[in-house]
Amino acid sequence: MSIAETNTEKFEGWNRPAPIKLEGEGELLEVAMGPHHPSTHGVFRMDVALDGERVIRLRPVFGYLHRNHEKIAEGQSYLASMPYTDRLDYICPITNNWAYALAVEKLAGQEVPERAEYLRVILGELTRYQNHASSIGFLIQEMGATGTPLMYAFREREKILDLFEELTGARMMVNYMRFGGCRVDASPGWLDRTRKVVAGLTKFTDEFDRLLSTNEILMARTQGVGVLRPELAVNAGVTGPMLRASGVNYDIRKVDGYGIYNRFNFRVPLGDHGDVYDRYMIRLLEMRESIGILQQALREIPVGPVMSPTARIRGFRPKRGEAYGRIEAPKGELGFYLISDGGPNPYRYRVRPPSLINLTVLEDMCLGVNVADVVLIFGSVDIVLGEVDR
Amino acid sequence: MLGEGILKGMAETAKNFFGSYFSAARMTTVEYPEHRIAPYEAARVFPFLVFDGKDWQAGMRCVACQICEKECPPKCIFIEKSKDKKPDALGKLQFYPARFDIDISVCMSCQICVEVCPFEAIKMDTEFELSTDDRFGGLLLDRKQLAKSNQYYRKIHPAEAAGVDAKLAAEKVKADAKAKFTAEAKIAAIAGEGA
Repeated sequence: MSIAETNTEKFEGWNRPAPIKLEGEGELLEVAMGPHHPSTHGVFRMDVALDGERVIRLRPVFGYLHRNHEKIAEGQSYLASMPYTDRLDYICPITNNWAYALAVEKLAGQEVPERAEYLRVILGELTRYQNHASSIGFLIQEMGATGTPLMYAFREREKILDLFEELTGARMMVNYMRFGGCRVDASPGWLDRTRKVVAGLTKFTDEFDRLLSTNEILMARTQGVGVLRPELAVNAGVTGPMLRASGVNYDIRKVDGYGIYNRFNFRVPLGDHGDVYDRYMIRLLEMRESIGILQQALREIPVGPVMSPTARIRGFRPKRGEAYGRIEAPKGELGFYLISDGGPNPYRYRVRPPSLINLTVLEDMCLGVNVADVVLIFGSVDIVLGEVDR
Repeated sequence: MLGEGILKGMAETAKNFFGSYFSAARMTTVEYPEHRIAPYEAARVFPFLVFDGKDWQAGMRCVACQICEKECPPKCIFIEKSKDKKPDALGKLQFYPARFDIDISVCMSCQICVEVCPFEAIKMDTEFELSTDDRFGGLLLDRKQLAKSNQYYRKIHPAEAAGVDAKLAAEKVKADAKAKFTAEAKIAAIAGEGA
């Protein structure tokens, strides 16, 4: 059964699709996976229709964690939205800060000092590393390997979060970037400790690789499961490691070269099959590329101010206009679209969340697979519900 | 060989397991209430109000300008300006907060109030063991509960407090020089009138 057919069913009442009847077989079993389910990373529900073990239809139900982020941001000053962006994708708050700061800087035509750009790259790549490590950990946990890989990933993540706390004052809700730079400067001691942590990351990546990559159970469960065709991925607007696992060479760090990314040498790993194993492998390879960028940035970071002298904290009113700032967040293209009417708060504020848009192809990947693999495919998308529902 | 990958993974797990008995670097956690990791200097939890000297009411740096109240993203600060004025550290007559409440059940520890304060009056605390069974009154802190001395601020954020102290001292020197200059000018004017 194709999606088009299921969509023509009449809805009776709120968000309740009509039961599907197959010719001569009676009704299908409908299972509500979530909103409180061990496999969902937050409060997310999948309405799955099953024929035996086979998935016939899957409807994602969003909105359990809706916090009205966009409307709140339209009523507040530009600065006051910065701490709220931390809470979108709470695994990688730095990149959320960065995307928002980039959009506002574009809107206001604000320059960013050299050192601040380097600090952004360093923190952004640390964020990417810990996001990929923990998302692999969560994926393996959903396959039933309770604990071990996830705890190893969290051990490494802890070291990175300690660095974040030392610099910004908070482990996750960092509120670090400002329009025209960064809030505080990194001390030489902090940079040394970061170098030490980065030196240890290669060892950890190798350990993770040995622990998982050739594991027969992992390969049997993930290879050929949840295949996403490149045409569908492009048409659905999928970005990030998901898109690259399908073999589409699209990395905004290369395409846009925002910030100072065109100065760094790094490769964009691409997948072949677009299955769950490729998505796992792409994340592992991106972790290695991140280490390379980090080493280069930590070697080249210049001294200087971290805030542009023209930057304003209070009374910030960008001129009329609109801007779209986007970055390659660990999960995909994270964009902020802002329209200014010259006032102290944005006229329109819109987030383009990678998690939500990557989730839209969930049904296409899950049709026809066993229900146990739905959990796995869902895990391989790598979402955070704070960003999906906003 | 089938199972080779699993054995390789098992070897890693075994290395980590036995390593945790010998290597301190593999012990990543501490047993919390008995053992504590000292907070970083930049650590922040909830804001407090700084006062100079011994008396929290006389030495309060806050002049109730209400900028933090306006800039606070979740609007957790409530300030009522005083009717009368009292002299501040520089000897200038200023308003003071007749009421200053922070609802820490709403506060999200973003530090924006600290950034926008022009009087160095509000700073971030590092105290985090604040749980209470009184969820309404117990988490609404008034100005007396919020007031903490400058010595305390120096203790929790030494480097940052040193910078603030230097800045305030420089301002005081400037204000004193200005006051002296105006006083001298006044005396000269009176002397001039007399002659």
